[in-house]
Amino acid sequence: MENFLIQAFNGASLASILLLISLGLAFAFGLMGVINMAHGEFIMIGAYTTYVFEQEFAGMFMRTETHDWGLWFLCSILAAFVVAGAIGMLLEATLLRRLYGRPLDTLLATWGVGMILQSLARQIFGAQNVNVGRPMWLTKGFKWLWVDVNDAEAVKALKPFWELVEGVRLPYTRLLIIGLVAIIVLLIFYYLRRTSAGRRLRATMQNREMAAALGVKSRRVDALTFGMGTGLAGMAGAVLTLLGPVGPTLGTAYIVDAFLVVVLGGVGKLRGAVLAAFIIGMFNTFTARYLMTVEMEVISASAATVAKVLVLLLVVAFLQWKPNGLVQVKTR
Amino acid sequence: MRKSMTHWLIVAIIFGILLLTPTFLNDFRINLMGKFLTYAIVAVALDLIWGYGGMLSLGQGLFFTLGAYALAMHLKLTNSGTSLPDFMVWSGVDELPRIWEPFASAPFALAMVVVVPAVMAFVIGYFIFRSRVQGVYFSIITQAMTLIFSLLFIGQQPLTGGTNGLTDIQQVFGYTRADPAFLRGMYFISLGALFAVYLICWWVVNSRFGRLLVATRDDESRVRFLGFNPVVVKTLVFGLAGALTGIAGALYVMQDGIISPSQMGVRPSIEMVIWTAVGGRGSLLGGIIGAISVGWTKSLISADYPEVWEMIFGILFLLIVLFMPKGIVGTVRDLFMRGRADTADIEVAQPIEQGGAT
Repeated sequence: MENFLIQAFNGASLASILLLISLGLAFAFGLMGVINMAHGEFIMIGAYTTYVFEQEFAGMFMRTETHDWGLWFLCSILAAFVVAGAIGMLLEATLLRRLYGRPLDTLLATWGVGMILQSLARQIFGAQNVNVGRPMWLTKGFKWLWVDVNDAEAVKALKPFWELVEGVRLPYTRLLIIGLVAIIVLLIFYYLRRTSAGRRLRATMQNREMAAALGVKSRRVDALTFGMGTGLAGMAGAVLTLLGPVGPTLGTAYIVDAFLVVVLGGVGKLRGAVLAAFIIGMFNTFTARYLMTVEMEVISASAATVAKVLVLLLVVAFLQWKPNGLVQVKTR
Repeated sequence: MRKSMTHWLIVAIIFGILLLTPTFLNDFRINLMGKFLTYAIVAVALDLIWGYGGMLSLGQGLFFTLGAYALAMHLKLTNSGTSLPDFMVWSGVDELPRIWEPFASAPFALAMVVVVPAVMAFVIGYFIFRSRVQGVYFSIITQAMTLIFSLLFIGQQPLTGGTNGLTDIQQVFGYTRADPAFLRGMYFISLGALFAVYLICWWVVNSRFGRLLVATRDDESRVRFLGFNPVVVKTLVFGLAGALTGIAGALYVMQDGIISPSQMGVRPSIEMVIWTAVGGRGSLLGGIIGAISVGWTKSLISADYPEVWEMIFGILFLLIVLFMPKGIVGTVRDLFMRGRADTADIEVAQPIEQGGAT
């Protein structure tokens, strides 16, 4: 039971990250037919934004040697969204606009962009990974806020996880990620369903010409949506700084899985992406865990790799049944 | 008639130049050039499936390395004589794994160079095409496939040599690999293989089957309505390209002496796409020109400025896609064709983009 809870939690945490990343991919493809191979680099941009933000501005947010309220971190998530989104819109305006209707060419061009961005990051920040600090309420929990800092015993008792039941320890960092993604998904749902901008986006996705004829500035919708997608990738990068060091190739680790989420979920539907991210995240963690427990005589590869193989097989097998993914947009 | 004469004249010129090239180069450059010729085979095979078949595979690196590994396993065994290959000793293996045993036989290994990549491509292709997955979906799935296989190969340290791969191959079928005379010989063998591959692909695209392939690229539904089975067409071509790419991998490993999972991953596979794109898709000769010119540029720049190579490569690639979508060959052809309306019907098919999702 404890094991199941832990795995479910890890699965949910992986699924949240994948979802945050694949939303931008799915919308860029569903709306504009753009396959953004540089999407992983926007994750990297977001992560480095957080790093720079911490280096330059953290002091302005009441952070001292002993006290870190972590306000700078919350702000840096927003900063990552803004920076990655702005660069994304710039990319859309200068490059992708010329390539609409040629999905394979956008794939190649954005891959070139990704290489340039990675190389730039290496020039600016060096090839070495950098580390970003964590707010104290993530490393020590919220209790830290009222514990006396000078009481060494009490400080020592603080742990970076929440013990749900005996043996089930949920790290605050991952809790934050899951909570944040849940909020973002609700916001996007609201945006799509309840705001006029979201209605314009859905209209353009369903029938571009008709929407344009009815007065929707479809080019502006494209730019905004693409920027939003890369911004979300930037946010994913910001929270990924909590899980490990930041390097120029940070994004590449997640991008292929995110693409599989898009393929499984079907393009351009929030519901499909959420469902697919959840399935892939859970399937990945649970099979990896299961493979670790069974004796593996034939397969000596690490359980995580075999789990990835199984995920790919799952997706391909699923496409035999429903070639257009879980949820399909009806278009004309 | 005249059209085809011009074509063979150009082929003769290109292969003539390649035949004479070694006389102008030192031994190091001949070795490089020999490897670029194997790249050219990859690019021609990729052009067959991408330029003519509309299937942009981001997984050709897998077939290349599978062919290379098949031969390298044999070479590794002959190199280490009666003892176990070095990396097995390091990872504490005390007897030869069963899967390695048949590779002691040279004919078996040579057969596997073709069979393994071909079967792999057939199976993967069949299941993808059967579910009518096209365009970018196909690209994404092949990309995931090559990434996962590279992870698998890295994970199987005692079987595959892990991250390092199979290294330090000194003897190739009784010859010393580093011997300039051997490398010179390998250059001509690679050139011969490239010529054969070119002829095969040329024959395929100009046959009835090739017309069906191009038709499938341009409108798969219509081909289906006409009573043909596009799944068969696409699977066959994808499998053929896989086999040819595997042969290129085997030729490569004989000249380089090292094969590792780093040549399998996402990035080398996309570099292969770049070779074809730079040369010009939809013209088989473009693959040859693209692979060799990109290879030369890379070796020239990355020797002196390794840190900026990546950026230059990215920019170059961007410019090609934006301003020369037809590649070198397509652009040159357009220049020649301008003002010659009578020869406007071009023998080589123009690439047409596969539409979005469905």
